[in-house]
Parts: sequence; structure tokens; C-alpha cells
Amino acid sequence: MTRVTEQQLETDRMILNFGPHHPSTHGTLRIIMELEGETVTKATPEIGYLHSGFEKLGEDLDFNQYITITDRMNYLSPLCNNVAYALAAEKLMELEVSKRTEYIRVLMCELSRIADHVLNVGMLAVDLGAMTAFLYGFRVRENIYDLFEIATGTRLTTSYTLVGGLMRDIPEGFDKAVLKVLDEVDEVANDIETLLNKNRIWQNRTKNIGIISKENAISYGISGPMARASGIDWDIRVNEPYSSYEDFDFDVAIALNGDVFDRYLVRMEEVRQSIKICKQSLDKMPTGDVSIDPDLGFNLPPKDEVYNSIEGLIYHFEVTMPNRGMTPPVGEAYVPTESPNGELAFYIISDGNRTPYRVRTRPPSLINYSIFSKLIEGHMLSDAPAIIGSINVIAGELDR
Amino acid sequence: MSLEKTLSQIKGSFSDYVLGLTEYAGEQIIHIKGQGVIDVLKTFKDAGFNFLADLTAIDNLTLGGFERFAVVYHLLSHGSAERVTIKAYVPEDNPVLPSIELLWKTADWQEREVFDLFGIEFEGHPNLTRIMNPDDYEGHPLRKDYPRLGRKERYDFPVIDRGIQKQKRTE
Repeated sequence: MTRVTEQQLETDRMILNFGPHHPSTHGTLRIIMELEGETVTKATPEIGYLHSGFEKLGEDLDFNQYITITDRMNYLSPLCNNVAYALAAEKLMELEVSKRTEYIRVLMCELSRIADHVLNVGMLAVDLGAMTAFLYGFRVRENIYDLFEIATGTRLTTSYTLVGGLMRDIPEGFDKAVLKVLDEVDEVANDIETLLNKNRIWQNRTKNIGIISKENAISYGISGPMARASGIDWDIRVNEPYSSYEDFDFDVAIALNGDVFDRYLVRMEEVRQSIKICKQSLDKMPTGDVSIDPDLGFNLPPKDEVYNSIEGLIYHFEVTMPNRGMTPPVGEAYVPTESPNGELAFYIISDGNRTPYRVRTRPPSLINYSIFSKLIEGHMLSDAPAIIGSINVIAGELDR
Repeated sequence: MSLEKTLSQIKGSFSDYVLGLTEYAGEQIIHIKGQGVIDVLKTFKDAGFNFLADLTAIDNLTLGGFERFAVVYHLLSHGSAERVTIKAYVPEDNPVLPSIELLWKTADWQEREVFDLFGIEFEGHPNLTRIMNPDDYEGHPLRKDYPRLGRKERYDFPVIDRGIQKQKRTE
């Protein structure tokens, strides 16, 4: 047996290809990692595997048609995207929507926020080996999706908003169904926190991993729960309220360490606050109409009328034909909203035609993910799933 | 410092760069020349606009504007909850402007996206490569003269003859 000296050992760094089809990448993203032993010395994320040209498509579709495209961006909380796009288009056209519309939008946004956060925490847990929290989270998310199905007709591709209103009002008895699900969510949130918060393995895997300092968070444009976990007291719902958020009483969850564990805590607290907002919205739900002012000339008739009466059908065609419908003024609008991932904004530029001149999405996933290569440096390879999970990268929104 | 004060300060000290000020739906938009972007954005940053919310571009081919391309910066002040839009114009024949990656790290990926989809180059960017499309992709899809319909590049894909396909073709 010959003795191997240190000089003879291979000292090259190893290149590891992580993704695009790794189970913990939740979609299609690829990271090329340079490893020294098990420590990551350099990581280069490669994105664009799901690039589908949504922004280019927006130039060909009219304002209401594009709402169906926004469903496909962040597919875990499509209602937030619908609302964000409708708000931008309404600001561009300077439309007022009814109070009831705004309250229903808030209710739907908060329900999607709960579904998104609970699923994100569950996914993070299952990537780190905690199967039970994932199953609990998935069950309650399924119940919330049932609510979406009751209100919008579909689970994922909701397309619930219209520019100036909503597709349809919430059905009778919806509030009881929501309250029942909210009780389940509360229970499940308690269960998940009991399982994870003081769990030794969970703490070891998440505490002091992927720390984002306050300065870095601002420099990298981090927003949403990730920024709040780094101690930035900024919530668009409170600081720049939209869609009547100023009527609701809730707290902003903030943590100070900025690691994976704090991001998890912030998300769990936001679930609790969202339950509060949902209940308030149901309590204070104003009566009224959710459709667009008929004098404007582009409100779609109710689907019942379209399918069952000739007048309704003719009127529907009148609104949706290529040379009719809404004509916005020349201008632009950028409306920031607080989506579950962070600042989601649509920047619409109009040249006065039926279709927008340009539609830009400010994707929170893309901008939050850009800090990843800095976070993983110096950590172990097994921390990569934890950090990716805590960033909550949604590939549909990342690449658009 | 408030937004109005900062705007008047910039109008005073960078009058060479400023092309105009407009307002739409309550939002202030300042139009500047491309080469002045670092000076102007640094002044905004020092005045409390600490957060670069969004960076994108517009192709003004049919919309009209000072130049063919406008790179748009959306700034946010966490202190005063104010937002401002800055449009930096770059000409069609030489679409180059300085990178602001030194001021905000988030500009890194967003400038790469603008480079990929619009073909606008950023001087001083550490790694200006395509981000959404493959490296060997030709053209810049979000330009207005890029075809919106049709299958331009799909026709260039090589045809692989194998098995069933080959038999069908020979028949």
C-alpha cells in the first residue's frame, strides 16, 4: 500500500449542476455550483427555462384578456396577480370601483396569501425532511382552493377580476364557508408551529442560514416577507394602501435576524394577520354592485344573460369585438401591491389603443432570487434547498 | 427631502441632462438623457429614495418620445413613502448607457433582462449576458420591430429524421 501525500490528492473544485429538474427547485431553475468538499464557494443561477414572453403577449391582448395571462405568472396566488393588474389598468383609465368590489378583492387576496404562505412553509419543511408539516399545509391549502372554486369557478386559473370590477359576486353562504376554512387554517398554523418552532433539527437547518442584512436587502431590492424578516418595516398594504386596505386593522410581522428561520416566522405570523383581515372583510362587507358602471360602455353582461338571451349575447359581442370596447387615454400607470412574495406591480403604458403599448410585470420572485448566489456562498450544499425554499421562487413569475 | 425639492434641485444642477417633467395620474415622471443617469439617480438616492423598485425599458418606435428607447427606473423612498419614475432616453443607433449596478445591486439582473429583451447595453456592468433567452439567440424580442406573430426561429430548427417520421417522409 502506498502512502498518499497531500500533494498527490486532487485539489480541484467540483462543479455541480443543481436542476433544472431537481425536486427542490419547484419549477425549472438551474444553479451551477462550485464545491469545495461540501461547501459551496460559488453559485451561478441560470434562469429562463420557463420564459414564455408574457410581456410581449400583453401587447396583443386587450386589457381584460390579459387578466387570464396574469393567472399563469404566480400560480400559487393567481388572485393577487388578477387584482394587481386590474388596479394598474384602473389607475391608467382613472376608474373608480365600488366599495364591495374592493372588499371582495381584499378577501380574495388574503385567502391567496394564506394559501401561498402555508404551502411555502410546507414545501420548505418537506425539502428539509419534515413531511408532516407539508401534509398539514397542503390539506388546508386544498380547502382554500375549494373556496376559490366556489367563488370563481376554477382552482388555479381564476381570472376573477375585470378592469373596473369583478367577474361575478361572491355566492350566498360564501362567508360561512370562509369562516369554517379560516378556523381550520388557524388550527393548522398552530399545528405547524408546534411541530417546527422548537424542533431541534428544524432550528439547526434554518437558524443562521442565508442571512440577509438590512443594507443588502435594500440594495438587492428585496421586498415582502423576506425584507420584513430582515427588519425592514415596509408593508405596501399599510404604507401605500390600495383597494381599501386602510379600513382594516392588522399588524405587520417583522423579524430582525434575516435568516431562513425568521422568514418562516414572518410568513406564519402573516397567515394569522391575514385571517384577521379576512374576518374583518366579511364582517364589514358593504352591499352593492361589483360590475362596472354601465355608462362607460364596456361592462360585460352577466354570464347568465350571455348564454340565455339573444340581447345579452349581442351586447357581449358589442363589447368584445376588436373595434369596440374600452379605449384608455395615452399615459402610463405603475401600481405597487403587496403580493405574498413581495412588491408585485404592473407597469402599463398605453398609446390610446385597445391593447396596451407595453405591459411590464415587476416580478418579486426574480428580484428576490437575484440575491441567492450571495446567500449560498460559504454554506453547505444541503442548505441550498432551505434557502431556495425560503425565497419562494415561483418559476412562472421568475421567467414570465 | 421631499420629492418636489429633489426634482427642483436636479433641474437646477443637471439642466444639461433634464429633458422635461410630466405628470400622469398623480405620478411624477422626469425625462433625462441616458448619459446622465448615474448623476441623477445618485442625487435621488442621497435625497432618501433608497429603494430601486423596478428597472425596465420601453421601445418608443410608434409611441413617440425623445429617443427610440427609454430605460425606466422606479424609485421608492422608504422614509416618506413617495415614488418617482425616471426615464433615461437612449438613441437607436447607439443604445448604450451607464450601468447603475454600483448604486443598487438589484440592477444587475434587471439590466441583463433589458439587455436581453431590448438590446440596450449597460457600460460598466459586471456580467452583461442574456438572462431569459439562450446565449445564441438572435434578436431582441420586446423591440417593437420584432415579429409578434409567426414562427420565425422555429423554422430554423434542424429536422431530425428518426424512425416513424423518416418512413412517413419517404412515402
